Amino acid sequence: MSRNARCPGSLDELWPLLEEGVTIMAGGTDLLVRRRGQVPAPVACLERIESLRGVRVHEGFISLGACETHASLLRHALVRERLPVLAGALQVLGSPLIRNMGTIGGNIVSASPAGDTLAPLYALDAQLELVSKWGARRVPLAGFIHGPGRTGLKPGEVLAAVLVPPPEPSALQHFEKVGRRKALAIAVVSLAAVILTDGEGVVLDARLALGSVGPTVARCPKAEALLAGRRLDREALLAVGEAMRSEIAPIDDLRASAAYRREVAGNLLLRLAS
Amino acid sequence: MSGKIVPTFTLAFTLNGGPVRVETSPGRRVLDLLREDLGLTAAKEGCGSGECGACAILVDGAAKLSCLMLAVQLEGREVVTAEGLGTAENPHPIQAAFVENGAVQCGYCTPGMTIATAEFLAHTPDPDRGQVREAISGNLCRCTGYVKIVDAVLAAAKAAPGESS
Ligand SMILES: Cc1cc2nc3c(=O)[nH]c(=O)nc-3n(C[C@H](O)[C@H](O)[C@H](O)COP(=O)(O)OP(=O)(O)OC[C@H]3O[C@@H](n4cnc5c(N)ncnc54)[C@H](O)[C@@H]3O)c2cc1C
Ligand code: FES
Ligand code: FES
Repeated sequence: MSRNARCPGSLDELWPLLEEGVTIMAGGTDLLVRRRGQVPAPVACLERIESLRGVRVHEGFISLGACETHASLLRHALVRERLPVLAGALQVLGSPLIRNMGTIGGNIVSASPAGDTLAPLYALDAQLELVSKWGARRVPLAGFIHGPGRTGLKPGEVLAAVLVPPPEPSALQHFEKVGRRKALAIAVVSLAAVILTDGEGVVLDARLALGSVGPTVARCPKAEALLAGRRLDREALLAVGEAMRSEIAPIDDLRASAAYRREVAGNLLLRLAS
Repeated sequence: MSGKIVPTFTLAFTLNGGPVRVETSPGRRVLDLLREDLGLTAAKEGCGSGECGACAILVDGAAKLSCLMLAVQLEGREVVTAEGLGTAENPHPIQAAFVENGAVQCGYCTPGMTIATAEFLAHTPDPDRGQVREAISGNLCRCTGYVKIVDAVLAAAKAAPGESS
């Protein structure tokens, strides 16, 4: 009988384990909580596979290794300076202890509607690099996440990296999460915005994503189109916020009502007022 | 895992400064390995699900939750528990500051608090109150109301400027 947990040192050591049907574990902060710390089925920890780590510029993308922890990403200058919308989400994800363990890959594959990195990554038009014994494929994040806990990950595949096209250095990047408390809060609503304006403050391109307002993160194409060509003043943001409310389908749950979520989602935009 | 034979392996790592070799199941929860197999009971189980920080330990200098780690992850690593920070006779400056500032009531949260503090002060030797509150935000305390814990962390930072872990 084989071991119930292993730490392969490379992808080549991982492939045969995946064929045996092991469960993948990165930081374990979702997987082991679901299992209350126990390992009924064999798991393979990814933490010693060097090729799943690292932050670098690659083919015009900022490439974030799937097994980078939230804390290690936050320490990285490329993330803080070029992707502040993502850094803003990482900063409020869980607690310092959770950020030392949880990874960006785990946050994506868990596909929770409240996953804090997701709205920023949707707004950044991130792509995913998936690898298997047979090769690699690249898919847009938005097409990969199908619903709560459901993704397009195929058997034998691992998420290797998140590829982010860096926005113009002058673009406005904003993240805000509304929770019920400050630390260890699950988002009730979150907003990620990446907005490019011209020298006069007129919006050239707006990308808006809302978290926790439906089964997956919602991009808001109607609101984005409405914002183009306007300035970030109160009047424009109120109108665009109203459009955003019409683009989402939030639910009532124990953290908040659908009506509250819809109200807050539109109001969050007002923070962008210049 | 009752009735099932779980294969074991020999796990080798550094614990509180000394080498350890122990026969265990690779999937054993680190919290159970420390408390039950190795007799180190400073790390506590509060929630078993990542919410309270009572089980925190340092792994290669980073504070982690031993209730969400598996034995195999420790292979070759350097682990420090609150026992390894200091002893009753010879406390670490952080532990001394907790005692002096009345930051210990029932004490259940204290090992995890001091471990989180050790990592934090190693990176942030001169913190303000807000930074301290954020640094211990993953550690729950049901007794103190946190004010004295924040005082203790600030006092520890003053007591040992620059070297805190
Ligand atoms: C107390 C607590 C507070 C939390 N707070 C927040 C919060 O505020 N915001 C938030 O977004 N999340 C939060 N989480 C959830 C969790 O910490 C994050 O989602 C984290 O990013 C998960 O990453 P992980 O590496 O620990 O994933 P794991 O638990 O290791 O894995 C999660 C899932 O992803 C799969 N997986 C992981 N990596 C890969 C990969 N590279 N390729 C393929 N599959 C993979 C695993 O098989 C598993 O199904 C919290 C969790 C806890 C316990
Ligand atoms: S026991 Fe590990 S976080 Fe509560
Ligand atoms: S002193 Fe009792 S829980 Fe903190």
